[in-house]
Amino acid sequence: MAESIAIWISGHLAEKIRAHGAETYPHECCGALLGRDSNTVLERDRGRDALAPAREIRQLFPLVNRRDDSPRNRFSVTAEDVLTAEKAARAQGLEVVGWYHSHPDHPARPSEYDRDHAWPWYSYIIVSVHNGAPQEMTSWRLNEDRAEFSPEGIEIRQRAAV
Amino acid sequence: MPVKVMIPSPLRPYAGKRDSAEFAAQTVGEALGHLTTEFAELRKHLFTEDGKLRSFVNVYVNDEDIRYLAKENTPTKDGDTISIIPSIAGGTRT
Repeated sequence: MAESIAIWISGHLAEKIRAHGAETYPHECCGALLGRDSNTVLERDRGRDALAPAREIRQLFPLVNRRDDSPRNRFSVTAEDVLTAEKAARAQGLEVVGWYHSHPDHPARPSEYDRDHAWPWYSYIIVSVHNGAPQEMTSWRLNEDRAEFSPEGIEIRQRAAV
Repeated sequence: MPVKVMIPSPLRPYAGKRDSAEFAAQTVGEALGHLTTEFAELRKHLFTEDGKLRSFVNVYVNDEDIRYLAKENTPTKDGDTISIIPSIAGGTRT
């Protein structure tokens, strides 16, 4: 499957997502990804810049998992939390471009439940946490027909000077 | 008389990249009907196959959640703002 759009995240923020997953284990953690989309030079090819869409994660907005009844295998972010995250993003000139959550003792692959509840356009980062230790981290985007997710490449990079 | 429908970021690619649209509508259901007629691609992200609002789609009239009003029959008046607010859910297995 094509990984057409990459997301960029700093090593620091990637580590914070893993740490959040470890902290809430064996429950699922969740939070918002604040960032922006851009057309960015991905590579230079014979002197010509190849432009491609890219999404940069600039901040995290950790949230409390609202699923008190089954927090080991479910997470929930209320509309009020979404509005709070959007307000925090706007205050920094960013927007909510996706969400992260953990899969305690399960692979970092979206479940049928994830797909059924997903929105298009958002990036969904999943970190697998086994026995309390964070493992693989992946990112996914819902296909337009809602039938499945496509994987997104995660590129860990140092943030460019602002 | 127009009501304004605010479109959240994840749905803007299916609404001509617009963040809002205005329609003449007497109820929330009517406004959402106009919205998904003008932007047909939005329908499958807002409604299930049997035409019900998806569970993670929250609709507010001004600051009131329509679940606590008359749901899609909630009346609208000139100048009202209808906001479509996502809620987010997931997990490891069904």
